[in-house]
Amino acid sequence: MRILVCAKQVPDTNEVRIDPVKGTMIREGVPSILNPDDANALEAALAIKDENPGTEVIVMTMGPPQAAEMLRECLAMGADEAYLLSDRAFGGADTWATSATLAAGIKKIKKIDMVLAGRQAIDGDTAQVGSQIAQRLKMPVVTYVEDIKIADKKAIVHRQMEDGYEVIEVELPCLLTCVKELNEPRYMSIRGIMEAYEQPITTWNHEDIGLSPEACGLNASPTQVFRSFTPPAKGGGEMITGTTVSEIAGSLVSKLKEKHII
Amino acid sequence: MAIKVIEEKCVGCAKCQKSCPFDAITIEDKIAVIGDACTNCGTCVDVCPTDAIIQEGTEKVVKDLSMYKGVWVFAEQREGKIMPVVFELLGEGKKLAAEIGTELCAILCGSNIAGLADELFAYGAEKVYLADAPELEKYTTDGYSKVINEAIGHYKPEIVLYGATHIGRDLAPCLAVKVNTGLTADCTKLEIDPDDKKIRQTRPAFGGNLMATIVCPGSRPQMSTVRPGVMDKAAYDPTQKGEVIKLNTAFAEGDIRTKVLEIVKTTTENISISDADFIVAGGMGLGKPEGFELLKQLADKLGGTVATSRACVDAGWADHAIQVGQTGTTVKPKIYFACGISGAIQHIAGMQDSDIIIAINKNENAPIFEVADYGIVGDLYKVIPAIIEELNK
Repeated sequence: MRILVCAKQVPDTNEVRIDPVKGTMIREGVPSILNPDDANALEAALAIKDENPGTEVIVMTMGPPQAAEMLRECLAMGADEAYLLSDRAFGGADTWATSATLAAGIKKIKKIDMVLAGRQAIDGDTAQVGSQIAQRLKMPVVTYVEDIKIADKKAIVHRQMEDGYEVIEVELPCLLTCVKELNEPRYMSIRGIMEAYEQPITTWNHEDIGLSPEACGLNASPTQVFRSFTPPAKGGGEMITGTTVSEIAGSLVSKLKEKHII
Repeated sequence: MAIKVIEEKCVGCAKCQKSCPFDAITIEDKIAVIGDACTNCGTCVDVCPTDAIIQEGTEKVVKDLSMYKGVWVFAEQREGKIMPVVFELLGEGKKLAAEIGTELCAILCGSNIAGLADELFAYGAEKVYLADAPELEKYTTDGYSKVINEAIGHYKPEIVLYGATHIGRDLAPCLAVKVNTGLTADCTKLEIDPDDKKIRQTRPAFGGNLMATIVCPGSRPQMSTVRPGVMDKAAYDPTQKGEVIKLNTAFAEGDIRTKVLEIVKTTTENISISDADFIVAGGMGLGKPEGFELLKQLADKLGGTVATSRACVDAGWADHAIQVGQTGTTVKPKIYFACGISGAIQHIAGMQDSDIIIAINKNENAPIFEVADYGIVGDLYKVIPAIIEELNK
């Protein structure tokens, strides 16, 4: 079985801070990480490989050259091959163009039985690229997957819903997008880290995947950022004071009631 | 569109570099250079004091967009019940349709659901496109996207809105590829550009640290998923009637490639902290693990749950499952009580998006007060019982 995992290198949005004076994002010193949901997708692939020796796990990303660091991390966790789609022509892509580029890369890698992706990336939170790749590869897709069982060229998966889950049967090849409830991603092994530096990372540009510059990046994106801005800063809070504790508590509760919060 | 620097005008002041939300600008030889990370957001165009940065239009072949008319709302139903977000979309869709001067329609898919059309009319839909077939009884990506794709191709709406539910977020991206148009996810604000009548879609990105307004200039329909609970619900008027248009629902073998074997509802007895509307969190300021019992009394009173900081988990006072913060869970309740929590940045990262933050701490200089909407300096063992007593009144 050959499983392809789509991954993205993202800024750790938990570390992103807003400059209180300028009102802009402070990106200095913000570490780049493997997108958390993608780590769950990779773990799912590696778990299938653990149970079915001979399974190959291939990781692919679209990003700038430094995304290779993240691919090394994936190799160190246990992936067998890594592909980096990197080209200035890919820059400024929205989800439509990103999925076109990744689908073109995946088509070049033959005999894929299953594509796994994270549900969404923490920088954009769109949850669109996985589904769109599936459409372009003409594969059936299940999103929000929190459990996977493979049997007889079929997958039985649990699709997370707001109030429970659906049990869904889908034939391979298919694309699944994974949520964090699926598993606990493994750590890189020391040996894996050592070996990851020996392994090649294949880099492809637009010509390698057979796309014209007009068919990728900003040129091929139907949506465009009209403007971006930092949300208005939270106004200073109010300190509630009083002569007695019950006066303070009374004042707080009436404020909450005024705003219909309780 | 692309961002360009007119080198003769650029003075290398670096204002653009500082303003760029994406770190895409560098200054080389006193000239601004736009790098790969540029998303064409135009922030630099606005700040440039010498008008040296411009946003250029591309010479794309402009498609004839004038044949696309009407605002459509995806009327998501589950088990014959219309999802609440649909009424919010109809409320918002009505405003958008009025500004453009077009009609508001709903598209309804399912099996034996024709009766729901009246409800959609009552909430303001003028037309309901109806796909009623046994194959559509349960939601499947393939089944729904097939009929909606065909309907969009045939009737050509200008705008299509979907609720950002687990179904809407599954369906809309597939349709964007099938229909060959753009899609903006999880919008929190929609408005019509008064000049060209195109939609502007605003959404949070980078974990809410940045807002982006997205446009879809050259393809139709313009599509958005919209966060539930953000828009105002449409007014209900049962006297309103409209037209039902039946859609083609012929399916061939192999059209629907997934099979829903079972739908399982999980009723969680303990509210998980990520779903709770009210959270009462305690930190080391509790002084002892027994302090959580008092917090639980307040949480029970509000119908919420108890949470904690990393320090208490490390001290063995509480379980990791209820830890809020960077290495724990991110929460956005209606009210977050931070009791005896100093407010380490890693903790704040996990709760700063709460609607209302109430901080109770002995130390008036605790950083938690900087993010709090309401702050109380005092002993939590006195303040919390007083709040409970007040709520009992």
